[in-house]
Amino acid sequence: MTFSKLLTTALVATVTLTATNADELKGRGASFPGPVYKAWTADYFKATKNQINYTPTGSGDGIKSITKRMVDFAGSDKPLKPKALKKKKLFMFPAVVGSIVLAYNIDGVKDGELKLSRAAVAAIFSGKATNWDDEVIAKENKDLKLPHEPITIAVRADKSGTTFNFTYFLNQLDDSFKVSKKPTWTAPKVVAGKSNSGVSANIQQIKNSIGYIEYSFKEKLGLPAAQVENKEGKFINPTLESFQDAAKYAEWTADQDFYAVIGDPKGETSYPIVAATFILLPTEKVDTNKKVTKFFDWAFANGDKSASDLGYVPLPKETKDAIRKYWETKGIK
Amino acid sequence: MGGKLFKNFSFFSATLSFFILVGIFSILFSYAQDSLHEFGFDFLGSEVWEADEDDEELGVFGGYIPLVGTMLSTVIAMVIATPLAMGIAIFLTEIAHKTLIKPVSIAIELLAAIPSIIYGMWGLFYFAPIMQSAFGGNGVGLLTAGVVLAIMIIPFMAAITRDSMNTVPDVLKESAYAMGATKFEVIKDVIMPYSKGGIIGSIILALGRALGETMAVAFLIGSVMQIPNKVTDATTSIPVLLANNFSEAEGLEMSSMYYLALILFVVSFAIISIAKFYFLGKKVK
Repeated sequence: MTFSKLLTTALVATVTLTATNADELKGRGASFPGPVYKAWTADYFKATKNQINYTPTGSGDGIKSITKRMVDFAGSDKPLKPKALKKKKLFMFPAVVGSIVLAYNIDGVKDGELKLSRAAVAAIFSGKATNWDDEVIAKENKDLKLPHEPITIAVRADKSGTTFNFTYFLNQLDDSFKVSKKPTWTAPKVVAGKSNSGVSANIQQIKNSIGYIEYSFKEKLGLPAAQVENKEGKFINPTLESFQDAAKYAEWTADQDFYAVIGDPKGETSYPIVAATFILLPTEKVDTNKKVTKFFDWAFANGDKSASDLGYVPLPKETKDAIRKYWETKGIK
Repeated sequence: MGGKLFKNFSFFSATLSFFILVGIFSILFSYAQDSLHEFGFDFLGSEVWEADEDDEELGVFGGYIPLVGTMLSTVIAMVIATPLAMGIAIFLTEIAHKTLIKPVSIAIELLAAIPSIIYGMWGLFYFAPIMQSAFGGNGVGLLTAGVVLAIMIIPFMAAITRDSMNTVPDVLKESAYAMGATKFEVIKDVIMPYSKGGIIGSIILALGRALGETMAVAFLIGSVMQIPNKVTDATTSIPVLLANNFSEAEGLEMSSMYYLALILFVVSFAIISIAKFYFLGKKVK
């Protein structure tokens, strides 16, 4: 008797446990917001006991797996155009803003000392400026001793949303740059690494190199990064304040599913290379969508601090309200 | 009863590996179909690898650069590794004092047991800067990848060569010495010819491993789609390209990567078959 009772209890326990596990939400995609999603899901679990699993596999993988309906939601650094969303039957909204810094390894040049004009960035990444003491770079850095050494640019070996957002910025400088997740680089000395960590490692290892990485990697590894000239002609250091100033100028509208690439914004104090990262939801799965939006609603209300701590910029309040309204009109709130 | 069961089980295991081999080949072949139809054999000579920006299912893909990168890094590795491995094997079988043989053998076998990711990290963080100061360039590139590959395949080559040199009958060696031959002459004229099959077999097996090495090379070759002009230039290889692009590729790009995988599979398979059937087989007879 007691044994069968025990067995029943065990059985019930197992069933309930599996039931709660089955309730967990699965997402994957963009690695750029990986750290902040991880912090949010951990805090959300503490607060509500709801499990959300996000695997940062890359934006392309995110789009692929949500199109095939393998996950409940996906992250992408590359926003999908409304037409593509319709075809794949997806909803989309931004989640958080991040930024891309130009980190370098030049002897004697410390963090924030190198000033890169828009012309200099374009010249370095197109290969027009091949040495660090090239006129276009030296002009703005009279007080620095830049070496007469060839520039190596560190780029991504894999397709990446970070590259997409960076080439979007390059394209604003000079439209001969193609906006792409994995462009063909024309500079003479290129070294590619897999993911942000691979590019950071290459910059650390290779003297006289410069590369584009996500801000949090610069912070974590203590890499020196350049001031970049913004649209208004001001040189801006990559800091949380200058990212926040940039995020204010993002123009998002709900009727376009928030489609916007926010790089190179207006504003005298805006850091120019910022990027938003997006969440994709399958239109037909109303129930799970409601759970996902509940999570993001919670994160929008409670997650600003953990986002800033990790080097991301929370969305402006008006954008968050617009997103909540978007959920309501789509019936997924 | 037990005997029959065991017989069936071992038969099953043996046939399973055969079916897995055939299965992998047919999957590679069928997934590569789109690319095979689109590009045919021109694929082998084309240097472009670009997905279409608007429709990621399409694009133009060619395998020339990774093919060349794979071959060059393998050649560099073989050129460095072969003489060193031969030296190690000869030292262990003929020259070393009894007390040295064991520790050196163990060290070599341990070298073979190190996972390739460790070679990759060591290569990138420690060895690449040394290469940069010695040869210029970026540190990562064809030469660095080739040298680290050489270090990785030396243990295989040395171990197989040593084993085959150990099979030389003492009678042969002693007769040569009795005729007044020097140690060098014995090694050159008795040991080398006798263990030729094993030596060539070891070289070919190491070649197979160098061709397919992924992780260490991915760290060190630079992963750039360009034909290297100098040995220190960055380029890419087939396994590296596959590892970097698999998670994000769609449609024709994915199919082209299966095409590359198929090429690598056929080449490695051919190389290992030659080693097994021709050279290693000869020794047994």
